[in-house]
Amino acid sequence: MANKYDIAVIGSGPAGISAAAHAAELGLSHVLLEKTDHLSDTIYKYQKGKHIMATPDQLVLRSDIDFEAGKREDILARWENQTQQGELNVAFNSDVSEVSGEKGDFLIKTKSGETFNAAHVILAIGTQGNPNTMRCPGGDLPHIQYTLDDPYAYFDEDIIVIGGGDAGIENAMGLIANTLLANRVTLVQRADGFPRAKEANVKSLLQAMNEGRLDVLTQAETSLVEDKFITLNVSDGETRLPCDRIIARIGSAPPRKFVESCGVAFASDDRMAYPILSPTFESSVHGLFVVGALAGYPLIKHCMNQGYDVVEHINGNVDLKPADEPLLAEKFAKLPGDNDVSAILEFLRQKITIFNDLTSLQMREFMLDSQVHVFKKGDTVFKRNDYGSSLFSIAEGIVDVLIDPNDSTKTIAISEGEIFGEAGLISGRRRNATIVAASDCILVETPRNSARKLISTVPAVETRVNQIAVERLLSQIFGAGLSKTEFSAVIADAEIKTINAGETLIEEGADDTDIFIIRSGSMLVEKHIGGKDVFLSYVSAGSYVGEMALFEEGRRTATVKAAVKSQVIRLKGAYFESLLGANPDLKAKVMDELSDRRAMNAFVEGQKSGFDSVADLYGARANFLIEQGLGEATDALLIDETLCIGCDNCEVACAESHDGISRLNREAGQTFAHIHVPTSCRHCEHPHCMSDCPPDAIHRAPDGEVFIDDSCIGCGNCQRYCPYGVIQMEKTPPKKPNLLSWMLFGVGPGPGQANKAWTKKTLAKKGNDAPKVAVKCDMCKGITGGAACVRACPTGAAIRVSPEEYLSYSKDPTKAKA
Amino acid sequence: MKTRKTSPAQHVSFLAHRRFLWLKVSGALCVLSIVGYVSTDFDPVRNGGTWYGYTLGVIGALLILWLSLLGARKRAITAGHWSLKGWTSAHVYLGVSLIIVATLHSGFQFGWNVHTLAYALMIFVILSGIIGVFFYVYIPRRMSDNRAEMGQMDMLKDISNLNAMLDDAAQPLSDKYVPIVRKAIDKTKLGGSIFRRLSINDARCSTREALTYFQTEMRNVEAKERSEILDMISVLERKNSLLLKIRKHTRYKALLQIWLYVHLPVTFALIAALIAHIISVFYYN
Ligand SMILES: Cc1cc2nc3c(=O)[nH]c(=O)nc-3n(C[C@H](O)[C@H](O)[C@H](O)COP(=O)(O)OP(=O)(O)OC[C@H]3O[C@@H](n4cnc5c(N)ncnc54)[C@H](O)[C@@H]3O)c2cc1C
Ligand code: HEM
Ligand code: HEM
Ligand code: SF4
Ligand code: SF4
Ligand code: SF4
Repeated sequence: MANKYDIAVIGSGPAGISAAAHAAELGLSHVLLEKTDHLSDTIYKYQKGKHIMATPDQLVLRSDIDFEAGKREDILARWENQTQQGELNVAFNSDVSEVSGEKGDFLIKTKSGETFNAAHVILAIGTQGNPNTMRCPGGDLPHIQYTLDDPYAYFDEDIIVIGGGDAGIENAMGLIANTLLANRVTLVQRADGFPRAKEANVKSLLQAMNEGRLDVLTQAETSLVEDKFITLNVSDGETRLPCDRIIARIGSAPPRKFVESCGVAFASDDRMAYPILSPTFESSVHGLFVVGALAGYPLIKHCMNQGYDVVEHINGNVDLKPADEPLLAEKFAKLPGDNDVSAILEFLRQKITIFNDLTSLQMREFMLDSQVHVFKKGDTVFKRNDYGSSLFSIAEGIVDVLIDPNDSTKTIAISEGEIFGEAGLISGRRRNATIVAASDCILVETPRNSARKLISTVPAVETRVNQIAVERLLSQIFGAGLSKTEFSAVIADAEIKTINAGETLIEEGADDTDIFIIRSGSMLVEKHIGGKDVFLSYVSAGSYVGEMALFEEGRRTATVKAAVKSQVIRLKGAYFESLLGANPDLKAKVMDELSDRRAMNAFVEGQKSGFDSVADLYGARANFLIEQGLGEATDALLIDETLCIGCDNCEVACAESHDGISRLNREAGQTFAHIHVPTSCRHCEHPHCMSDCPPDAIHRAPDGEVFIDDSCIGCGNCQRYCPYGVIQMEKTPPKKPNLLSWMLFGVGPGPGQANKAWTKKTLAKKGNDAPKVAVKCDMCKGITGGAACVRACPTGAAIRVSPEEYLSYSKDPTKAKA
Repeated sequence: MKTRKTSPAQHVSFLAHRRFLWLKVSGALCVLSIVGYVSTDFDPVRNGGTWYGYTLGVIGALLILWLSLLGARKRAITAGHWSLKGWTSAHVYLGVSLIIVATLHSGFQFGWNVHTLAYALMIFVILSGIIGVFFYVYIPRRMSDNRAEMGQMDMLKDISNLNAMLDDAAQPLSDKYVPIVRKAIDKTKLGGSIFRRLSINDARCSTREALTYFQTEMRNVEAKERSEILDMISVLERKNSLLLKIRKHTRYKALLQIWLYVHLPVTFALIAALIAHIISVFYYN
């Protein structure tokens, strides 16, 4: 039997090293088990020379291992050094596959069959997971690799790339980029197409295939790997190909399965859910602790602090305050009365309904992300038509919703413990009402990402938020004048439905009469005329569709499809009908909108042959724009190629207004029927880029701009998540000599983004250690006059538009420029 | 503070900016100048020496100065509610109105002197401006059609792909063909001097040379090599037509810029001549 340790730490990331170092410091017997043959694999895999940042700045580091911002290589070397000096007991190549037992007596097994015994286990395996491996016979041969570090490292080889996701495609394209290397590359994909890859990647892959620069096999599966050969199952049988190297990019499995197999319970089934933990990071298994990214804290400093804290806890220090205590204390400083952090956390947890079920660890996490506001009676919290997707909770006091923009006396009160702002959170669009403090209040504002995390990880919160959101949306659209009982009947009947992009919600000619309120996403309305689907209009979140059938002998007069993945609330037509009967004001409003829609239909129908081609073009263009992401955009840059002279002053202006880097690439991007969508941010309703930003540096400003603040650590996640390729990772270039000295004496590189050579030379002179950070369009937020690209276009070719403006059908189709 | 300015929901050309506001302003300026000119009694001659002449001269000189500032406006990207499109619109229409304003100022008293030199330079700048506007209106749509939804980078990338294909297609051919294909790959030039950029048909294009060569060669080769040569021809044809497309593109781009190489320097000459004119009239009168 192997040694028995007090503590076994699994995973040597920042959290694991810090834990083991503190155990060593305290003289506890310990072992640090690491899967790979080096420390801290996640950081090891960063790009060479990456500048690692030590955010948040205000957070003190509490660890026996040093960490400050610097180069990847330096930090890794220092950690290496300190683990040796501190006499940490590290076992490399120990890929833990099983943890069983209980507090005081855990048994840990590795893949290679070694076992370890420990009284406590600390899981610090991060969230990177393991790449999926090949399962077929021969799947363990040495010429199979799961990463591609240097695509130019191979010469004259037959290389098979397996997997048609972005990683596989990018690897394959990288391998053929240099024709001199003369590699013969085949990409093998199991599915029929490439549903998981980015549009642009698929396009360049197919083009390369058509030009014979590489082979692509779809619906193909590996059945056997041998030295120098691979056998594939393809649709018409088996094929055996020569093969020197296999690069398998078949995704990676998140570590959740393994963690669950250790007995650890998660908060919910949601993909975003984390393990349930006590305030001392103890999981549902006694004696088994979870820290680091796996516990939901993705920044290195957090990870290291937790590694230290958890060992303190195990060592019996129950009074230890978490290192983030001062941060919270600062947040709470403006609150009246006693500022004891734990007491305030408890106060908030009890007061605010959706926080009731949270653990105190979760409370801490949410409050670290959230803001506490104190408002005086009469203060405005936010205004109608501001963009905002944060969620507000009332800890104390009452607020009023101004439901009528023209009459500030019409209000609805929201009481203590409740939430508001959920509509913006769900739709990603503008606030639909102004909120005013009706008494002095204490409010908690949770940013979009944390709020969404809260909703998706705590099922009770999801139910509650949805219920409130549906009620409020319905009452906003139909509610005024309805009696309580009528209203609750409508609510009881409402049902939330999710529909995927391209899916049909309403079929023209069908005889159902349901009404749909669009809760998030957007819809396209089309009509079938003369054998073609003619585009009629674009309807965005907050509006409703389907009311026409009620008035048109119960037949659907047009088809409604989801432009992007959307959520709708379904109401029974019959309810709606009686609702209208009981409420003449509402009926008048609906009839009014209806007559517009009807006029449009009649118009389109009447013109059948006459403007066929114009309407076709218009529809085709609308579809193109939706494909380019306008369906989920709030504001996009569109260039009319019949006006654009290619002067690139738009790019110059962008660079001039933003630290010398243009966030816009005019040439790149797709064109259709003279409309060009350059590579520039669409300011999506639900920005993909925000999905996984460790320091939560991406925000939406009140005017709708999606922007990145200076807490960016340059991890590149947002760049990977943005489907439109608009984020660059760049160093801030040096300052240029001013315009006048360039105009008069030709000093410096001139207006616009400086050329690479000049930047490099100047940076070299000044010492080149600026970190690379994420850079994207912020719609010239805070600059008077607005978007510089538009202001600087001499011809009117460049405009920024929201899709509902741009795609609304002009009633005179000749105005829909052909 | 709201800083965002929303642009119009559809594209509007600089010529139609704000419903042709500057066309109207400039038209009004012309009409007023003419009415003033005919209704004022001059003695002995109508020219810049009269009070009316001075007025028009000052207006003209101020206009010219303001028109010259477009270059600075275009490059100084400051904050504020300006739009270069609005500036261009005003520039174009007010620039044309100078023809009337300055001509009436001169009272048609032309001769071989610095005054008329300034005038001539001004007319030259204006004419080049009008040509520029013509290009701005005429070319973009054609340039876009020619590119057919491809970008400049796409086209260049395609050329290098086609070069790789030429390389492949040359493999099965006999050795004597290799130099011709290599030349088509390595020696095909794009761009270059302004004349090259303006001409679509490069007479010495090595890709075209190779194409003509192989087309002739088809008649001489043995049947068994024919299919390989055909493959080669088809790749060369693709490259040739892509080259044509790129050369057209380059030509369009050159046209959109070339007039500015007249417009801008002559503007400087104009300003110099204008200063000389103004000094001389004060000096000699
Ligand atoms: C590109 C990129 C850049 C980033 N830049 C920064 C930055 O500048 N600043 C910052 O604060 N944060 C940054 N982050 C975030 C930060 O790197 C991670 O959140 C942090 O490394 C998480 O630490 P951890 O200790 O929880 O887990 P990890 O660092 O992921 O370490 C887990 C370790 O466990 C090992 N392991 C996994 N499974 C097993 C097993 N079964 N048995 C044994 N060992 C196992 C792994 O090999 C690995 O060594 C960045 C992230 C990325 C992806
Ligand atoms: C501050 C502005 C100006 C002033 C004060 C001014 C003044 C004058 C005067 C005093 C004359 C009469 C000269 C004479 O009788 O000998 C004159 C003539 C003339 N000016 Fe100007 N001028 C001005 C701007 C311009 C401009 C902008 C142009 C056009 C580019 C111009 C072109 C001429 C011409 C062509 C003549 C006629 C020359 C002649 O009479 O022989 N002037 N100007
Ligand atoms: C005497 C009169 C004029 C002067 C002094 C003048 C001067 C200038 C200057 C200095 C520029 C800036 C060039 C650059 O920096 O890129 C410019 C640009 C331009 N001018 Fe003129 N101009 C005059 C008349 C006109 C007229 C009459 C027209 C058209 C009818 C015209 C059309 C233009 C156009 C289209 C541009 C380019 C705008 C752009 O692309 O940004 N100009 N002019
Ligand atoms: S960066 Fe990409 S994902 Fe983020 S808002 Fe812009 S377009 Fe959308
Ligand atoms: S903004 Fe992008 S690069 Fe910067 S930390 Fe967030 S996800 Fe990473
Ligand atoms: S500034 Fe306007 S005309 Fe110039 S390249 Fe940009 S969009 Fe085209």
